[in-house]
Amino acid sequence: MERNLMKGNEALAEAAIRSGCKCFFGYPITPQTEISAYMAKRMPKIGGVFLQAESEIAAINMVYGCAASGVRCMTSSSSPGISLKSEGVSYMAGADLPCVIVNVMRGGPGLGGIQPSQSDYWQATRALGHGDFQILVFAPSSVQEMADLMSLAFDSADKYRMPAMILADGLLGQMMEPVTFASDEIHEHTAAEKPWAACGHGGKRPHNIINSLYLQAEELERLVVERFQRYETVKGELHMAEQYLTEDAEIVVTAYGSVARLAKAAVDSARAQGIKAGLVRPVTLWPFPEQEVRDACRNAKRVLCVEMSMGQMIEDVKLALGCRLPVEFFGRTGGVIPKPSEILEQIKALNAKEAE
Amino acid sequence: MPEFRKPKSLTDVPFHYCPGCTHGIVHRLVAEVIDEMGIENETIGICPVGCSVMAYDYFTCDMIEAAHGRAPAVATGVKRGNPDKFVFTYQGDGDLAAIGTAETVHAAARGENITVIFINNTTYGMTGGQMAPTTLPGQVTQTTPYGRNPNVEGFPVRVCEMLATLSGVALAERVTVTDPANIRKAKAAIRKGFEFQKNKQGFSIIEVLSTCPTNWGLSPVEAMKWLKENMVPYYPLGVFKEGAIR
Repeated sequence: MERNLMKGNEALAEAAIRSGCKCFFGYPITPQTEISAYMAKRMPKIGGVFLQAESEIAAINMVYGCAASGVRCMTSSSSPGISLKSEGVSYMAGADLPCVIVNVMRGGPGLGGIQPSQSDYWQATRALGHGDFQILVFAPSSVQEMADLMSLAFDSADKYRMPAMILADGLLGQMMEPVTFASDEIHEHTAAEKPWAACGHGGKRPHNIINSLYLQAEELERLVVERFQRYETVKGELHMAEQYLTEDAEIVVTAYGSVARLAKAAVDSARAQGIKAGLVRPVTLWPFPEQEVRDACRNAKRVLCVEMSMGQMIEDVKLALGCRLPVEFFGRTGGVIPKPSEILEQIKALNAKEAE
Repeated sequence: MPEFRKPKSLTDVPFHYCPGCTHGIVHRLVAEVIDEMGIENETIGICPVGCSVMAYDYFTCDMIEAAHGRAPAVATGVKRGNPDKFVFTYQGDGDLAAIGTAETVHAAARGENITVIFINNTTYGMTGGQMAPTTLPGQVTQTTPYGRNPNVEGFPVRVCEMLATLSGVALAERVTVTDPANIRKAKAAIRKGFEFQKNKQGFSIIEVLSTCPTNWGLSPVEAMKWLKENMVPYYPLGVFKEGAIR
């Protein structure tokens, strides 16, 4: 396997192409623009489609149409652009359409800033649009994982017929690391595997209708309930987390994405000072890896949730632990990246509290 | 002697449209063109939000329901992923010329190889007759109870004239369906739009001046008369642009 030195955003784009993504619809926004630029270069060479849309709203609706016709496709953006896409995401969830949406998060709210952030956790896991629905959310923590999670996101989206999101941040998108791709070849993925697709019936079946409108309340309720039953299946099958030194950990740090790497460095420093610290890093944010978090905290006395936000994932950590352990929060926001030394200070403070 | 039948490309589901509404005629014309070109098997239609939201039940080809105004973007996604299929959108004036203006203009500017059927009846029918971007000056609607005042609500949009300025447009034609002669012209225009698409020659839009007797508060016959006397002078019939872009 060839090792390549790539930016996170580029690795993600190349992985999408190797995963069989045939069409990319995007709109320029910092800090994800390398994805569009890479797609613009590569897609024409492989017979794929790169199209710069007139807006984020148009881009996600192009994805809606393309996915409805059975073609593997994606879009990417950053926080303010993702808000604009929420209409299309809700329609895709309502029409049971698979796609991948990348959010390279930046600080908010509003226009916010262009520095890395994790303040769209709630948006991704709770409410990326109106109505009762969920999307799959994957949180890479390295350039390698930007690539690895992409093919899983596409396959899972197809399997469960729902939109999937790669929730990255500006730090992961911009940094360069070595990456190897699981496949040297482009995975071929055809509409033949999607008998529900609206791609012209060829006189071989009744017409397919892709739709999210149901005017009879009971019918709409039935469909939403069925969709939530499917979500229960997803919860049982798709939950991933990395555990680091949690076996005997008394202070467990929870963090995802790029912050988890900073937290890992802090955990190492704490261990060097004799503190039994560990880390659990959710890789899937929806479904949230509740069992893994509980497992990681089996010997914990205190938990520290570290995020680049004012504290969003902490709610899921508390829910997973059933409020059986004290969960404290440390975060920086607005594009400020927490330092390992700051996280270490928090770990030491918790350890001191425990010793009292 | 040819027998008068329902086009093969229409399902047996009865239309839900109000008496005197011209959606039924236009649906039929689109289906007749699909039948005559023999393209039902390879056509994907995109429905709007508005009175024709449930057109997916009426056409026998594969159908996709779009969010309000987004049909041209949805059609773009289908067409780019399936360049050899036929893709048409069917949209009303609020959908196409208000909330979906950006999607309409840019699909046209790109020369997206799709056919847009645009129903202009100067009103938001489904929501009960509010002012549309095409509502005429002085016209009374639910949200212009004293008549549309251009000093307050601005001026109606002439979509075909606007799009005809764009290089990506192969066909911009305005027709109506008030009488058999005009219905024949409307069908010829729709056919032309699909032919442009077949030859991969660019974006086509066929604007159909249509009636909404229910929200206009007129009988079907009065509505046809009102259309001819009020809409045609403001929205002249004819071809505004025609010619392959590629």
